[in-house]
Order: sequence, then structure tokens, then C-alpha cells
Amino acid sequence: MNKWDCKSAKVGENLPDLIVGPISRTNLALYAGASGDHNPLHIDTDYANRIGLPDVIAHGMLIMGYLGRVLTNNMNQNQILEYGVQFSSITNIGDVLCCSGIVKEISGDKSNKILKLELNVKDQNNDTKLKGYSLIKAS
Amino acid sequence: MLDRSLINKSYPPIKFDVEKQRLKFFSKATGQIDPIYFDETIAREKGFSSILAPPTFLTTVGHEQKNPYQYLNDLSVDMGDVLHAGQIYKYHSLVFAGDVITMDSKIIDMYDKKNGSLEFVEFESLYTNQNGKLVLESLSTLVIR
Repeated sequence: MNKWDCKSAKVGENLPDLIVGPISRTNLALYAGASGDHNPLHIDTDYANRIGLPDVIAHGMLIMGYLGRVLTNNMNQNQILEYGVQFSSITNIGDVLCCSGIVKEISGDKSNKILKLELNVKDQNNDTKLKGYSLIKAS
Repeated sequence: MLDRSLINKSYPPIKFDVEKQRLKFFSKATGQIDPIYFDETIAREKGFSSILAPPTFLTTVGHEQKNPYQYLNDLSVDMGDVLHAGQIYKYHSLVFAGDVITMDSKIIDMYDKKNGSLEFVEFESLYTNQNGKLVLESLSTLVIR
């Protein structure tokens, strides 16, 4: 696969956006099975209603998994030193997500260059679902 | 208010076999497109020992215990009141199908915001492989509404 050229990356440069969705119940059911996270909040509408929510909501870790593809689509996984997120708001069924990344800082020298990426996921209304960062070994 | 004496409480280690089929399923569910995440032949051609685990895969380990929600009992909170607020991973080594991972978790902090109406619990989990090598450090923050 063609990887993004992180060696010559500059501060302010964007990684290619990744669009995911609309999020379906199937997405949540498959992720529940694959991850082992069987919390009914994500798969059982009756349960969601009982705890006062109109419908099931996406697993935060599913959205972190999608956002992680902005990294794995564009670099070798062993370049990822750190990857962290804060879950800002709930992702609902039907949401279309835009996962993006931008180079925020570059540190180190030529032989040991580290990129700090700022990452985020926004929905079709431009609401932030998740904010994150990653430290990437560029050389 | 949460019982702050639970800070430093550690949980029994969980051992987890990284299986090919599970990795394929996880990669499909999260939409990975690079075949190193689901095709062993291609992963080997790329020089890997087997299928590569994507960056968030080891989240599965914590769900594989007899009662994955034991910590909720310990904290005396209902599952419906808990949300995942944050997650940080620090990577030390790649994980492949065939690896055997052991997860050691403990509660490392608790605090509140908004005059106690939101309480937070932080878990640290260390993941080591069959050779005793630390592969991943995880910091999970849960919020209790």
C-alpha cells in the first residue's frame, strides 16, 4: 500500500481524511462480537430505552478503531509510539464520521524524528465526537 | 461518592491467546483495508510472523474475563451510569496472531469534576507477551454520571 510521506511532512500538513458511515446497527453488532464488549448499551435498544436513551449508541472504542485507520492507512504500524483519545460526545446510529489528522509538532533530529499528530472525528453536523493525538516515529 | 480506598486496587492477570480468526473479525469490524490485518499469506510476505493486531485490538483482552464488569461492583455503580471518557495507548512492540498476552490492570486514580457530579476512575493496564516483553501500556478513563 502507498503510505503517506511522513519523512518530509511539515507542521500544518493534513493526513488524508477518512469518511466512515452512516453508522449502522450492524456495525455495532459486529464490533460487539469482535471486541467482546457486549455492553447492551450498544446492541439492545430496549436496554438503551430503559436507561433513558432514545436508542443504542456506538462503542467509543469502535470510533477510536476507525480513527486509528487514519494512522494505519498512512504509515507502518511500528511507527506509532502513542495513540490517545478523549471521547467528547456520543456517536449515534446514522452518523457519518470524518476522521482526520494534522501534523502539530515535529521534534528530534534527522535520525530520530518524531511527529505529533492532532486527530479528531467529527460528524455530519461538524460536532466533535472524539479528539486525539498520536506520536509517530518518522525516521 | 466513589470509594477512594480502591485506588491502587489491582485485578488478577488475564491471559489471552491472540487468534487469527478473532483478529480477522476485529479488522473487519473496524474496517481495516491493509491485508496484513486479515490475510496471513500477505502478512508473511511482508516479513511478519502472522496477521498483525491493529492498534486498538488489545481492548478485547479486558472483556475476556468471567465478569468483565467486576470493577463496577467494586465501585458500586450501575453499568448504565458509566461511559468511557478517554483512552491512551503507548506501544512497545507489535502483536501478532499466535502471541499469548497477559494483561495486568489496576485502578490508579479517582477524581471528580463539576462539584462531584461527575466522577472519574483511571485504570492502568500493562500487556506483556509470552516472552515476558511489555508490548502495550494502556490508560483508560471512565466517567460515572
